[in-house]
Amino acid sequence: MEMGFRWDFAYEILPQMLWATLNTIIAAGVGYAIALVVGLFFLLGQRTPSKIINGINREIVEFIRSTPLLIQLFFVYFVLPQFGIKLSAWVCGMITIGLHFGTYLSEVYRGALEGVSKTQWEACRALNFSTVYTYRRIVLPQAFPIAIPGMGNYLVGIFKDTPLLSTIGVAELFHAATAVGGYNYRYLEPYTMVGIIFLILSVPAAMWVRKLERRVNVAQGKIKQ
Amino acid sequence: MSYFAFLAEHGTTLLLGTVTTIKVLICSMILYVIISMIFGLMRLSKNIIIQGIATVYIEFFRGTSLLVQLFWVYYVLPFFGISLEAFVAGVVALGLNFGAYGAEIVRGGILAVPKGQWEAAHALNFSPAKRIKRIIIPQIFPIILPPAANLTVELLKATALVALVTVVDLTFEAKQINSITWLSAQCFGTALLIYYIMARLALVPFLRWLEVLAAKKVGRGNA
Repeated sequence: MEMGFRWDFAYEILPQMLWATLNTIIAAGVGYAIALVVGLFFLLGQRTPSKIINGINREIVEFIRSTPLLIQLFFVYFVLPQFGIKLSAWVCGMITIGLHFGTYLSEVYRGALEGVSKTQWEACRALNFSTVYTYRRIVLPQAFPIAIPGMGNYLVGIFKDTPLLSTIGVAELFHAATAVGGYNYRYLEPYTMVGIIFLILSVPAAMWVRKLERRVNVAQGKIKQ
Repeated sequence: MSYFAFLAEHGTTLLLGTVTTIKVLICSMILYVIISMIFGLMRLSKNIIIQGIATVYIEFFRGTSLLVQLFWVYYVLPFFGISLEAFVAGVVALGLNFGAYGAEIVRGGILAVPKGQWEAAHALNFSPAKRIKRIIIPQIFPIILPPAANLTVELLKATALVALVTVVDLTFEAKQINSITWLSAQCFGTALLIYYIMARLALVPFLRWLEVLAAKKVGRGNA
């Protein structure tokens, strides 16, 4: 077998890899969208007045957060069919990623809500605003900027975890690389290209998130002063 | 087949896998802590080359996926004449990946030590090495341990990935049993429970204990 990086081979498989990259981006986007919504439900469970629901919610979040995404994927993919629920690998993957990162996002939301000063609530109470109105017009507009960096971080995080989907047969970038590598008995180029594509996409994204974070910190500092 | 019958038949296999998982966890923990310390300090160096190396390392390993790095170490390095055993490859990939995240935590911790401490150490004519070793490092532990604890739980979860490069750990065994018996709910459910127990009842209490210990040490040192 020829040693070293073969540029002609890399060039040959480039179109295939780029198509698969599109799938990875779609998977990350859909998974993120689900996670954003799931996070809201966990947040709701956390903030309801019922102590029992709070407790159950916390245990579920802790369980999902402290077990590996990989086994959760297997669990959803292999166990649901036993109960007669047949879902495609794509749907299973999206559900699992949505649930897993939803727990993380609920923490981001919680932190953001707690970042809004208590006096804001008291002022709204004094002005006789309803709870819904207080959330909609006073609290959420202030909480949202605080949540943005955390939300951005998890978007990048989900993107970097999409290769796990290949283990249940979702045809994303890493899956394509493994397939191409197996077909040609060469793993050097496909896997290296996957790494480079990830770098190209996630490093600028992470830098952008860090910039947002700095801006939010500055803005918050100004509020405090 | 009842769940107890399942446990009686496959429990030992799963426990053996758990032992491997714990081994992977401990080895990669040691590796990542060492790497974090070195690169965290390098990141703060005034020498542009040293700082550049650390920045490139950190950005590279945080920018790509752990699974890709793992497969690269295991399947691609042999192309360059470096063949690692699956276990070693797994530990190296985990250590390098988490070392990059840890280095950022160490960097933040060092920056959070008050400037007066540096100045005081300087005024007392401590050598740069002694300044870091005796004054700064002991003080960063209470600052970095809480985020490092989160990272270590993430590490425990990430050890599951080494199953994909044929390390026979808990995940690997669960997958294996699943492919023989098709009792998916039992074997993956048990695996999830074992990971949960390891995280909640062993790893997290241990890390909390370390946090308390570190805080106490500094408190005693200051008094």
